[in-house]
Amino acid sequence: MTIQVIALILIMGGIYWLARNTVQNLSELGKDFDFGFLSQRAGYDINQRLVEYTNDSTHARAALVGILNTLLVAFLGCLMATILGVIAGVLRLSKNWIVGRLMTVYVEGFRNVPLLLWIIAIFAVMTEATPQPRDFRGDDPDASMILGESVAITNRGIFIPSPVWGDGAMLLVLTFVASLVAIFLFRRFAHKRQEATGEILPVLWVSLGLFIVPTLLVYLAYSATGARDQFPVLAVGAQQGMTLEEFTDENRNPAICALPRTAAVNLSTDLRAIGERASIVPVETSADLQSNIESGECVLAVISPEAGETLVAGVEGVALAPLEDTVDRGRPLQFERPQLAGFNFEGGLQLRNSLIALWFALSLYTGAFIAEIVRAGILAVSHGQTEAAGALGMRSNRIMNLVVLPQALRVIIPPLISQYLNLTKNSSLAIAVGYMDVRATLGGITINQTGRELEGMLLLGLFYLITSLAIAGVMNIYNASVKLKER
Amino acid sequence: MKKSVFLGTLAVTGLAAGFAAADAHSGGTLGEVQARGALNCGVTTGLVGFAAPDANGEWQGFDVDVCRAVAAAVLDDPSAVNFVPTTGQTRFTALASGEIDLLARNTTWTFSRDVDLRFEFVGINYYDGQGFMVPRDLGVASALELDGATVCIQTGTTTELNLADFFSSNNMSYEPVPVETNAEAQQQYLAGACDVYTTDASGLAATRATFEDPAAHVVLPEIISKEPLGPLVRHGDNEWGDIARWTLNALIAAEELGVTSANVAELAGGTENPEINRLLGTEGALGEMLGLDNDWAQRAIAAVGNYGESFERNIGENSAIGLSRGLNAQWTDGGLLYAPPFR
Repeated sequence: MTIQVIALILIMGGIYWLARNTVQNLSELGKDFDFGFLSQRAGYDINQRLVEYTNDSTHARAALVGILNTLLVAFLGCLMATILGVIAGVLRLSKNWIVGRLMTVYVEGFRNVPLLLWIIAIFAVMTEATPQPRDFRGDDPDASMILGESVAITNRGIFIPSPVWGDGAMLLVLTFVASLVAIFLFRRFAHKRQEATGEILPVLWVSLGLFIVPTLLVYLAYSATGARDQFPVLAVGAQQGMTLEEFTDENRNPAICALPRTAAVNLSTDLRAIGERASIVPVETSADLQSNIESGECVLAVISPEAGETLVAGVEGVALAPLEDTVDRGRPLQFERPQLAGFNFEGGLQLRNSLIALWFALSLYTGAFIAEIVRAGILAVSHGQTEAAGALGMRSNRIMNLVVLPQALRVIIPPLISQYLNLTKNSSLAIAVGYMDVRATLGGITINQTGRELEGMLLLGLFYLITSLAIAGVMNIYNASVKLKER
Repeated sequence: MKKSVFLGTLAVTGLAAGFAAADAHSGGTLGEVQARGALNCGVTTGLVGFAAPDANGEWQGFDVDVCRAVAAAVLDDPSAVNFVPTTGQTRFTALASGEIDLLARNTTWTFSRDVDLRFEFVGINYYDGQGFMVPRDLGVASALELDGATVCIQTGTTTELNLADFFSSNNMSYEPVPVETNAEAQQQYLAGACDVYTTDASGLAATRATFEDPAAHVVLPEIISKEPLGPLVRHGDNEWGDIARWTLNALIAAEELGVTSANVAELAGGTENPEINRLLGTEGALGEMLGLDNDWAQRAIAAVGNYGESFERNIGENSAIGLSRGLNAQWTDGGLLYAPPFR
């Protein structure tokens, strides 16, 4: 007891001394302790932004962009690691010799090589072994897009189509939510019915049908009625009968305002096809659209023919005339595919190499650990249980789902939490591939440009602490729900 | 029980280590360097011509010469330098924390670095500006045609901020690819992961010189910023700052006065020109005022040559980098180099 008290005093002394030393050294260097830098202009650009950010935004905003990027890669990583880990863990127990050995090779290979090497290796493959965007150019290009001209794999990342909501999107979403509710109610009904009568309903097929069919029907119905409607393209300062190409010869890289947004996307697709890059100015109402035209924010407008006539008549200060070309109104939900424009692919969604390298490496590495956890969890369920279930006449997939996995989960969840925490913290290895996570924005460029090392690092530590505690908290709630209920 | 003993030991160790560390901070940088017998000098992780190890592992370059000149002046040994490679992001922390005594790493002198980051720029050894390099077959002739381009940019630099300003003021968009070091940027650029590499024009020339086919790449005509590059020290230790400042000035003045590494020994015997005599310590006691001896400048010039010699050897027109003097000529030749008088 005496020694414990002495140790405690020494530790407190140590902490006091550290704090005093920091304060003293800071004042010797002439530095103060101030978080005011967070509200100053950041001045640098970030390539991957999940929220609005320009170089005029504040350092706090830059930190937020970084935080969201960290959370994005951590979420994607945890998801993929879990899928990989469960599959590999179950398959490693397979009685098939080749499958079992293959999984052993995967687990041992990824678990025993440092994560950083995997990140750099995947990044190097993505950068060095894939074609440049300009290799896609020309009549006989060196590289071409895959999956029906919708996905481009380049050394700047993978470009995939991105969803765009059009007219009727609300109805589509509502239908989808209603289907989800219906699925939930049906499953409850099926469960009750099984308890009461022992009859098993085809839950999977009905759920799947409910999931897809109503939404698809609404989509098709909506598309069939109005998607091919032609909307006029109104251009500022155009003569009657001018084509889009003639107009853009005078107005390079025009800005577009359009309602609905799918029409704007269709127009920008047409523009890229004739070698122009267009920027889309987001508008919500036709009044919005009119004011944007009047202020010169955009030179091209797309709106329904009736509203178009009102707009041409009502707009003040600029001359607005329809072009020869028209565009499709668009479907409730459509996908904008990437197209080569200027130096790079535009449109669609860019999964940058840094994200892919970090995501895949984190998933594959952590997945190998999760595979071992899953295998251990399954092995922890006594073989007698499987045999007993078999003796009752259950099929092997039902034995896995109803007998083994629920018991194995109790063993699996607690170590799984630490793996999720590891993955989240390991995402700071983003530094190796230039992924703009919170370490790169707040903990990198911001610290460097403002000289606030101590404040920046404290905030960074605090963020990782809070994130880890939150993940652990959520997973503990889940753990409590699957663990053995003792009465 | 075991735990408390462990924790107790930990605490005591921590305290002891802390006091030991605190001791080292007393006394000026000059005293520390002399006691250590070596100068800790921060340089780049590798930029041929400015600072890079040669085939024998010896650091060579224009910035390295500043380190060697200071080491020669202070320690009488131009090889008594520990070169600490730093990235754009780590350099200021390394200097502020005392890991290095002098940072000679093509660093731009700006207001906020001088005032807010608490550093002391001791002069300018290279007047530079930010440029863009693109592959020739991209067919770009001006930086104003770069709308939508992907740009490789070293993080934690002034060029990063200039780039953002340049594109937004010209109403263009770009995609930044952040890289840590010049070597990484070079690899990404050559792989085509970015269309454009931007950094100081001198850095672009130095990088291009190491390419397999330098002629396949062009540096665009636009220079979008002022980048006065110079060595810097921590704020607050004025004696040490003076030594670094006047060593640099001595190299510049030596070129103006015609003192070279070849004739410095001969001129040190005494000349008709009193300014040369004061510079080389045969007249007056300038070195003693700095806390060194009077031969300090003589040693620095003998070690690396005067400014012009160092320039020609490392980055000049006859070197692989092939930079012309331009703004970096003496004021007497229409340049900006102007060392204050030695008196």
